[in-house]
Amino acid sequence: MNVPADLRYAKTHEWIRQENDVITVGITDHAQSELTDIVYAEPPKVGAEVRAGATAAVVESVKAASDIYSPLSGTVTEVNDALTTNPALLNTDPFGQGWIFKMKASNPAEIDALLAPEAYTAQIGQ
Amino acid sequence: MSHLALLKHTPLESAHVACGARMVEFGGWYMPVQYSGIMEEHRAVRSASGMFDISHMGEVIVSGPGALAWLESLLTNRVGKLAVTRGQYTLMLDESGGVIDDLIIYRTGELSYFLVINGACRDLDLEWMHGHLPCDGSIVLQDQGNDYAAIALQGPDAEKALRALYPACDIPKRNGIAPLIPSLVASEGIVPSLVARTGYTGEDGFELFVPVAHGIALWESLLASGVKPCGLGSRDTLRLEMGYPLNGSDLSRDRTPLEAGLDRFVGLDDPEKGDFYGRKALEQQRSEGLPSQLTPLKLSVQGPPLRSHYPVLADGVAVGETCSGALSPSLSEGIAMAYLPEVCRIPGTQLEIEVRGRRYAASIATLPFYKKPSL
Repeated sequence: MNVPADLRYAKTHEWIRQENDVITVGITDHAQSELTDIVYAEPPKVGAEVRAGATAAVVESVKAASDIYSPLSGTVTEVNDALTTNPALLNTDPFGQGWIFKMKASNPAEIDALLAPEAYTAQIGQ
Repeated sequence: MSHLALLKHTPLESAHVACGARMVEFGGWYMPVQYSGIMEEHRAVRSASGMFDISHMGEVIVSGPGALAWLESLLTNRVGKLAVTRGQYTLMLDESGGVIDDLIIYRTGELSYFLVINGACRDLDLEWMHGHLPCDGSIVLQDQGNDYAAIALQGPDAEKALRALYPACDIPKRNGIAPLIPSLVASEGIVPSLVARTGYTGEDGFELFVPVAHGIALWESLLASGVKPCGLGSRDTLRLEMGYPLNGSDLSRDRTPLEAGLDRFVGLDDPEKGDFYGRKALEQQRSEGLPSQLTPLKLSVQGPPLRSHYPVLADGVAVGETCSGALSPSLSEGIAMAYLPEVCRIPGTQLEIEVRGRRYAASIATLPFYKKPSL
């Protein structure tokens, strides 16, 4: 299972990428593999306030709907519209074109509570 | 997962694990929900062939001079019209007309019948049957659920796969049943292998019943001939595209077959069908009018996959909820079934399905949702 070294991870299988003050959020390779064929994605709205650990988006496979939790608190600044027409990007490129939303963190200290790649790898039992 | 010990296990479990199955709890059973993916498995059954482990379903033999008369009292359509080797879909109701189970009954001999019942209701069905069995010794009721492994082989290429494996088998016509290995006489204590041309997918196909000890060998020969292993996930999307009801979701003790739109499997107008459990309640319901009807719905807009227990609204007022739902893999549209009052059928009524607080426009569809493209 791919666990890129430059990202931080939530126990609930989301990742964040930090570029200056822009945080990109998505789901991990492990998560997409567990969810299987993703057929629908409902990202948050731009401008929405999200809280760390609270539901920010929903993705659905044929079989089930799954909540996606925001790893950090803050404001949504951009969402990946490509997922509306092509939700399978979440399966094929979870760390790239399958990103879900970008946000501005209101409490960057929360980043310290996220898992490093090694710890996340250990959690998923690789 | 200590609760695994409480689940019932199919004789094919090791074969599922070897095929990479994702296993889940279903109706008290530990069953494969998917292997390669629900979409891919669904498409394999629509375009080629797929196989499902249906060993969780129950097999019951009813035989003896009193069998026919008793079965007529237990089931909704006329058992007496079945010739030997023929089968039909039917329902078993309680006195108030509620559905205990939907099942297929095959006549396998002059005085013997083979019933295939739902996995989740095996115990309840048998309890009901034993509880209503006359004690004059005219009927033998045998539960063979644990003696059989069963595989549904479904899809346009199913017959080809079956012929290649069993060249001597006299393959039955639709809804018929035959010995799977005609030359093999059942030996003492071993149940006979059977093949029925029935299924739950809307495609041509078969349901194969073999002794438990032969289950894995059958699975592996089908696998070797290119039949795709399919799980409960695609079994559900395939049956829902046809509008086939699922007991426990679309059928229950709280609904009658008339509400479920299954009138053609109920012999109320058959002059030769006598009394049966639930008949009076159905006649009363028919004269008073149905409180609701199982209604096929389709999203009219792009939206999330539909699932069970989503609210349904008519002109903004909640009128029911979905009991089954899916994103149809064949149609790429949201489809669902819901018990709705008659008022929803008035032309011009604005129907909506609510998903996570958002309402999506829907309309009443005609069954089957999926119609096979004509060649």
